[in-house]
Amino acid sequence: MTANKRKSLISWLFLLPSLLGVTLFFVAPFFVVIYYSVIDNPIQGNFVGFENFINVWNNAAFKQAGINTLKFSLLAVPLAVLLSLFLAAVMESRIPGKSYFRTFFLSPLMVPTASVVLIWQVLFNYNGIINNVLKFFGSDKIDFLKSDKAQIVIVVLFLWKNLGYNMILFMAALASIPKELMEVAALENASKFQIFWYVKVRFMSSTILFVAIMSLINSFKVFREIYLMTGDYPYSSLYMMQHFMNNTFASLDYQKLSSAAIIMFIVVSALVYVMYQVENFYGKDLEG
Amino acid sequence: MGMMVRGSDRLRILQKRKRIDKLKTITVTAMAVLFAIVFLLPIILTFTNSFMSASEISANYGSIFATTDKGGKVFVSKTVNLKLIPDMITLGQYITVLFKSPEYLFKFWNSVIYTVPIVIVQLGIATLASYGFARYDGRLKRAIFFAYIVMMLMPYQVTLVPNFLVSRSLGLYGTAWSILLPGFFSPFAVYLLTKFMKRIPTEVMEAASIDGANEWMIFSRICMPLCKGGLASIAILVFFDYWNMVEQPLILLPDADKHPLSVFLSKINTGEISLAFAVAVIYLVPPLLIFLYGEDYLVEGISYQGGIKG
Repeated sequence: MTANKRKSLISWLFLLPSLLGVTLFFVAPFFVVIYYSVIDNPIQGNFVGFENFINVWNNAAFKQAGINTLKFSLLAVPLAVLLSLFLAAVMESRIPGKSYFRTFFLSPLMVPTASVVLIWQVLFNYNGIINNVLKFFGSDKIDFLKSDKAQIVIVVLFLWKNLGYNMILFMAALASIPKELMEVAALENASKFQIFWYVKVRFMSSTILFVAIMSLINSFKVFREIYLMTGDYPYSSLYMMQHFMNNTFASLDYQKLSSAAIIMFIVVSALVYVMYQVENFYGKDLEG
Repeated sequence: MGMMVRGSDRLRILQKRKRIDKLKTITVTAMAVLFAIVFLLPIILTFTNSFMSASEISANYGSIFATTDKGGKVFVSKTVNLKLIPDMITLGQYITVLFKSPEYLFKFWNSVIYTVPIVIVQLGIATLASYGFARYDGRLKRAIFFAYIVMMLMPYQVTLVPNFLVSRSLGLYGTAWSILLPGFFSPFAVYLLTKFMKRIPTEVMEAASIDGANEWMIFSRICMPLCKGGLASIAILVFFDYWNMVEQPLILLPDADKHPLSVFLSKINTGEISLAFAVAVIYLVPPLLIFLYGEDYLVEGISYQGGIKG
């Protein structure tokens, strides 16, 4: 017994460096963030309840950033899941040069955003390539990055960067489905679509959840593309949560920053929780 | 007679099915090729354009980048030409970047001194921690691990506020440490490596323990060698992530001289736009080499991530 206790104590020693660092840089200051979110200012420190939250919530810039970010994520995440599932299915079928295609689809993952931003600008600029093509077909030019179409551009860039990563996750999941399961389904005269939908997709539900969560998290990073293309002050439909945070950092408004971070924390947690519950409900009888 | 008809029928059906299969393979391959072109084209274009001369670049793309610069009066054509292959291949841009404009190399160096230490130290701390998590499961440990997952999932909009507060109160704000320290302790590597280590059968470690090995020996002689692949794949993922950092330096480093190239590249001014492609390629080379050498590790690492419950 004591020997076991000693061993378990040693295993805590292995954890110690990480625990200390995480506590110092993430957990402890997060409590400070909570504290800042409920006081009037760091010097006086009067408790004001939810006032900061209400102020941030009613802030026009915050609203704009929140709506834009949410809109983007709600469009980009389902598309990312569906298209990468499609790519994984393509990779499952009999095509030549599979390993090359895997490399090609995965390659955007390694490209630093800064390195391709120039090409995106050449493509999507008002005088850019895509508009040249549109003009050739007799359509009007669109100022992509300065119009309501801007969100579409950003979705495309997001998909470009993230599909390969998701595809690998789905390929791994498809490979792990027991062959017998599909054979039984085939014996029972299930159509290809039925096998795909009721066997494969169902079996992969936890991977679909994971891909959706990772895509959601990565969708908040689309700020990189937007910032590197359009700078500090993008067109209003491209004004994201990270822009709002940057501007608030610049003005050093601790109350606003803290309340915004906590609202964001709650929203992300809630979204992940909901996705988790949906998967739990859908894939319950398959958990081993 | 009847048998023969049936036989030829079967043959025809078989041939038809073969034709359909072939058609299907062609369609799917065509789709894959189409996707591959879309995925690769931006990368290829960046490469080929980096070999253009300055005058060719400004002639082709001038109308795009001139709009951002109101002061300069550059003569440019109104239309934009996207060229796959330059009229004249020149290394001029590279020579300018490497020998005449040191500021890009400085920023490149900044990227190196942020990314490399973070990859090494984050992995070092994470190997220890993941051994701690994987060995001797307990209720408290499981709760802490869950907290790590929550932290891993939080976007920069949430985590940068605590990082900022700590940096300010420790006097690190504006220094490289404000980027490095949160990177060292990022929970991502811990999460992934714990998943790798949990796949090592406990019997292996118990056997070593009975043979008299202490915990450190089990960790360093048994666990580490078995996790080599995992370590490589995590190192690659962490490298890609930090080589591409944008959010942290914008908030934690007010001095633009300290920015990594991943931020600075977009600030390139209109006069030097011809250099931008060459700089972009130079910045792309390290991750590209790592990707080409380590693709299998990378794929393995990503595959392991799936299934948050696992």
